[in-house]
Amino acid sequence: MNFLVEGFFQAFRLLVSGNSETYAAIAVTLKVSGYSIGCSLLIGIPFGFCLGYFDFSGKKTIRMLVDTLMALPTVFIGLLVYAFLTHRGPLGNFGLLFTLPGIAIGQTILALPIVVALSATAVENMDPKLRCAIMSMGASRRQLFLSSLWECRHGILAGALAAYGRVMTEVGISMMVGGNIKWHTRTITTAIALETNKGKFGMGVALGLVLMIIALGVNVSVSFFRRRN
Amino acid sequence: MRPFIIALTFLVLTVSFFSGNSRAAEKELMMATTTSTDNTGLLDYLMPRFKAATGIEVKWTATGTGRALRLGENCDVDILMVHAPAAEKKFVENGFGVARHEIMYNDFVIIGPERDDADIKGKSIKDALQTIRAKQAVFVSRGDNSGTHKKEIYLWQVAGLPIPEKESWYIQAGQGMLATITIAAERGGYTLTDRGTYIKYSDNLGGDPPLKIMVAGDRALVNQYSVIAINKKHCPGARHELAGKLIDWISGAEARQLIRDFKLLGKPLFTPGAKK
Repeated sequence: MNFLVEGFFQAFRLLVSGNSETYAAIAVTLKVSGYSIGCSLLIGIPFGFCLGYFDFSGKKTIRMLVDTLMALPTVFIGLLVYAFLTHRGPLGNFGLLFTLPGIAIGQTILALPIVVALSATAVENMDPKLRCAIMSMGASRRQLFLSSLWECRHGILAGALAAYGRVMTEVGISMMVGGNIKWHTRTITTAIALETNKGKFGMGVALGLVLMIIALGVNVSVSFFRRRN
Repeated sequence: MRPFIIALTFLVLTVSFFSGNSRAAEKELMMATTTSTDNTGLLDYLMPRFKAATGIEVKWTATGTGRALRLGENCDVDILMVHAPAAEKKFVENGFGVARHEIMYNDFVIIGPERDDADIKGKSIKDALQTIRAKQAVFVSRGDNSGTHKKEIYLWQVAGLPIPEKESWYIQAGQGMLATITIAAERGGYTLTDRGTYIKYSDNLGGDPPLKIMVAGDRALVNQYSVIAINKKHCPGARHELAGKLIDWISGAEARQLIRDFKLLGKPLFTPGAKK
């Protein structure tokens, strides 16, 4: 039990003293989760919006598939991505294994189903009367499309936050594809796994708290952003 | 719409950053190694000095020897630092590696709770394992195809016993060495560990760990570490020259002295060279 208390104080010591290993892990975590959440939003929002907005045959099947993909285990994604990125794999020539973009590819696969599913749900749950109201004001198809997107921004934002939480806290992909290389691909979560393996539980707790502080920061800034709108 | 435009700009920026960032630097060497060299802190101690001497930066990923060999076979790394001689010889014979260079060694020990329920202290490794089996004392195995795990399987065979795969007293941790020792301590069981990691574990606990050395000093318990450069014929992209420089340096006088001086609790963790 002692290590919990010890870890609590150590977390602040690490942050205040500017511990370079901790800040390197924080930088790697923010960078790689930024890449992956960026890519998954860029691909996922339009896809999810169309999935919720339009009616077409096979829609239910795609929804079910996307919902199932939300349950992809991270180590399995790590293994799949490794199989493609290894130097003897189909994408081996790009040299992406043990790099941040490599991890980002895996994390994008992790986040994409969440973004798509929650965006689609947000659009589906939009008040149907709103659509009529917008149309009755003489909006063009394009305007209707854009204002619908605008109206479900909160649902999409919630999806983005959920996806970001998943990406920032995963350890399987970062470990498999990134290799937990110090100064380069060591994220906060792989550092926690390593310190725990080394029996340094206090350090593991401290890093976990650091991650929570970052998550808190992200959520506070998002809610500030939301209130301003 | 303004926030969305801001968000989009941010995305485009990150994506452009993403695409321009993937080329590895020139003087960089990728190594796969076992958990023991990393967890003990040896690499954190040696590699900055190698960089100071040669300007080559070594990036390493610490994993079990089984996966390390696999990473080598798949050309994902340039050099290996591992400790499973039989598997290494096969690796070199298959043409994946150039040659084994034995750089340092220590020994494996069986550790267990101080009260020693199964009464194995001071026995030979063969007798100790037979006693553990007969008394069904808890034994924690790495169970992860690492060098230590391969050694343990070999030791059961030497003792003329089947691998206790499904026995209730045999726990397969599937984790690294220090995590496995922690499990053994929690369960009051015995486990096989390399001496370096055991000293590190003692050091973590202020020099007085609940698990003590029970069996040591047997010929069969030698733990030999080697480095192997990946064969250029098998992996044309392997940075063979840089790997050669690391092998020369780590076998040289300076590194040998550094390894000798690497101590915790006043005890050396590794001895340079090959065990005669």
